[in-house]
Amino acid sequence: MTTTPAPARVRGRTRPTPGTATRPKSRRARNDLKAALIFVLPATIGFAVFYVWPALRGIYYSFTDFSVLSPETWVGTANYQALLKDDLVWNALKVTLEYVVINIGAQTVLALTIAVLMHRFTKSMAVRGALLLPYLVANVVVALTWFWMMDYQIGIVNQMLEWVGIDRVAFFGDSAWAIPTIAMVNVWRHVGYTALLIFAGLQTIPDQLYEAASLDGSGEVRSFFKITIPLLRPVLAMVLVITVTGSFQLFDTVAVTTAGGPINATRVIYYYIYDLAFTRFQFGYASAISVVLFAILAAVAFAQIKLLRAGESDLS
Amino acid sequence: MKGQGTSMTATAIPETLPQAARPNVRRQRFPFGKVAAWIFMSLAVLLTLFPFYWMLRTALSNTRSLASHSSSLLPADFTFGAFERVFGLATKADAIAEGGSGASVNFWLYLKSSLIVATTTTVGQVFFCSLAAYAFARLSWPGRDKLFFAFITALMVPPIFTMLPNFILIKNLGLLNTYAGIVLPTLLMTPFSVFFLRQFFLGIPKEIEEAAMIDGAGRFRVFFTIIVPMSSAPIATLSMLTYIAAWNDYFWPLLVGKAESVRVLTVALGVFRSQTPQGSPDWAGLMAATLIAALPILVLYAVIGRRIINSIGFTGIK
Repeated sequence: MTTTPAPARVRGRTRPTPGTATRPKSRRARNDLKAALIFVLPATIGFAVFYVWPALRGIYYSFTDFSVLSPETWVGTANYQALLKDDLVWNALKVTLEYVVINIGAQTVLALTIAVLMHRFTKSMAVRGALLLPYLVANVVVALTWFWMMDYQIGIVNQMLEWVGIDRVAFFGDSAWAIPTIAMVNVWRHVGYTALLIFAGLQTIPDQLYEAASLDGSGEVRSFFKITIPLLRPVLAMVLVITVTGSFQLFDTVAVTTAGGPINATRVIYYYIYDLAFTRFQFGYASAISVVLFAILAAVAFAQIKLLRAGESDLS
Repeated sequence: MKGQGTSMTATAIPETLPQAARPNVRRQRFPFGKVAAWIFMSLAVLLTLFPFYWMLRTALSNTRSLASHSSSLLPADFTFGAFERVFGLATKADAIAEGGSGASVNFWLYLKSSLIVATTTTVGQVFFCSLAAYAFARLSWPGRDKLFFAFITALMVPPIFTMLPNFILIKNLGLLNTYAGIVLPTLLMTPFSVFFLRQFFLGIPKEIEEAAMIDGAGRFRVFFTIIVPMSSAPIATLSMLTYIAAWNDYFWPLLVGKAESVRVLTVALGVFRSQTPQGSPDWAGLMAATLIAALPILVLYAVIGRRIINSIGFTGIK
C-alpha cells in the first residue's frame, strides 16, 4: 500500500492512445463523455462554487473596503499600501516565522530520529500506534490539555519543574515563552505522524545497501549520513513542504489558549486575519493580507521544491 | 536532540544481519547505543501517552481539590461530577460546589451536532469524490486532464484564502448557523479526496472493466458493481481520514456555526474554556469535555487503527 507515487509525479500521465478509430470505439467514447459528465458534475459544482468562485471573490475583496454589513466599495490598492505600513502585519509575520522555525526545526529532527530508531530497532505496530495517537485528536483538545498541564499555579509540568528544582514558568502567559510553548505543543501533536511519513520513506531504501555498507566497515552513523539521508531526500522534501505549509496556518491552538496575547506575542498571521475580518469587520483588508499569505506560501513551497530537488531520486 | 539521537546509535552493531549470521565476528561490547535507543523510544512513547492519562485523571477530579492535590498523580478527590456537569446532569448547586461555572452546558447536544456534521460530510464527500475520481482515472473525455490539474492546484491554496469569501457566500445564502452551512463547502469535493481515489482507480486493471462492458454493462454498472467493491479498502481509509478531519475541524464551524443548536464539540470546547466562573477555569469539567470530544476518534482508532497507520506514507497530505 505504500508504493503509490508521490504527488509531485502524477501530472505527466499519458493519455490512452486513440488507436485505430473503429466504430465501436468512437461510440464508446461518446458514451464515455455522457457518463463522465454525470460522474464529474457534483464535484465540479463543489469545486466551482466553493473553491474557484471564492478564490476570485477573495482577490476582488482585497481591492475593496468591505465591512460585511454594507456593500463593498472599490478602493484600488489602498489595502495593500496600508498593510505595508501596518506594524501588526509585520509583527504577525515575525511571530509566525518564529513559530514555524521552532516548530519545524524541532519536529523534523525529532521525527527523523524516531523514524530511524523505529526502522533500525523496532517495527512494532503498538509503538507506531501510540506515537500516532496525538495526531488524531483535535487541535483544540490538544491545546486545552497542554494549557491545563502547563498552568502556572497547579499544572503538572510546573509541578515537575519544581520537583527537579527549576523555577516555575508562565508558559502561555510570558510573551517570551508563549510562541515556543505553542510550537512545542504542536510538535507533540505532529511528531508521530511526521515520523511515520519518514518511516514509510525509509522502508523504500533496500536493506542490502546497509548490509553492504556494514560489511565494508561502515558504522551506523556513517550509514545514516551516507545512505539514509541522501536516499531519503525526496521524501524529506515532500514532508517539509507539507509540514511547513501546514505550520504557517497555525490558528486553533492560539484561538483557544492565548487569543493572540500576551499583548501581541502570539498574534500569528491566521489569527490576525480572523481578528480583522470577524471582530473588526475589515473584510477587504483581511482579504488583502490573505492574498499576501497565499503568495508567501506559494513562494516558500516553490523554493523548497527547487532547493531540495524534490522530484528527483538518487536511488536508481 | 539530533546529536543525541545519532550518537546514541554510534556504538550499535548493525541490526540488519541476524545474530546467527555473524558468529564471533567481533567481541560484542555492552550495547550502549541499543540501550540508549530503547530509552529514547520509551521516553517518546511515555511522553506521547502521559497527557491522555492526565486528561482522565483530571476529569475524574473535583476542581476545587485540584490545587491542593497538584502534586498527586491520582485523581484529586475522586468524583464523576465533572462528567455529570458537562452532560447537564448535575444541579447548579452541585456543579458550583465542585468548581463548575453553573452555566448550563449540554455536551449531548454538541456530540449530536458533531456526529451529524462529520457523518454527512464523510458520506457526501467520499461518494461524490469517488464518482469524479473514476471519471478522471478511467473515462476519456475532452478537457479531463486540464480539469484535473485545476483540482490539484486547489491543494496549494491555503484554506483561509477561500474561507473568508465562503463565509460571505454562506451568509448571503442565509445558511449561517445551519448544518447545511457547516457541511456544504466540503460536501461535494475536496481536492485531496479526488486525488487520493484517482490514484487507486488508476491501478485497477482495465481488462476487468472491458470484460464487463463486452457483456453489455454500462459505465454506471461497472462503477458500482466492479470498481467500488474492488476499492473498498482505499474507500474505507479515505472515509476514516475524512471523518477524523471533519470531527476535528474548528475554524470553519467557528465562523458559521456558533449558535448552540448547531455547535460542534470543538467549538463548544472553546466556549466552555472561556467560561471562568471563579477566576480559574473548571479544569475537571474542561478535561471531561475534551475526553468526550476525543473519545469517538479514540474508539474508532482502537478498532481500525492498523489501517490508518498503514495508510500513512502515500496519503502524505492530511
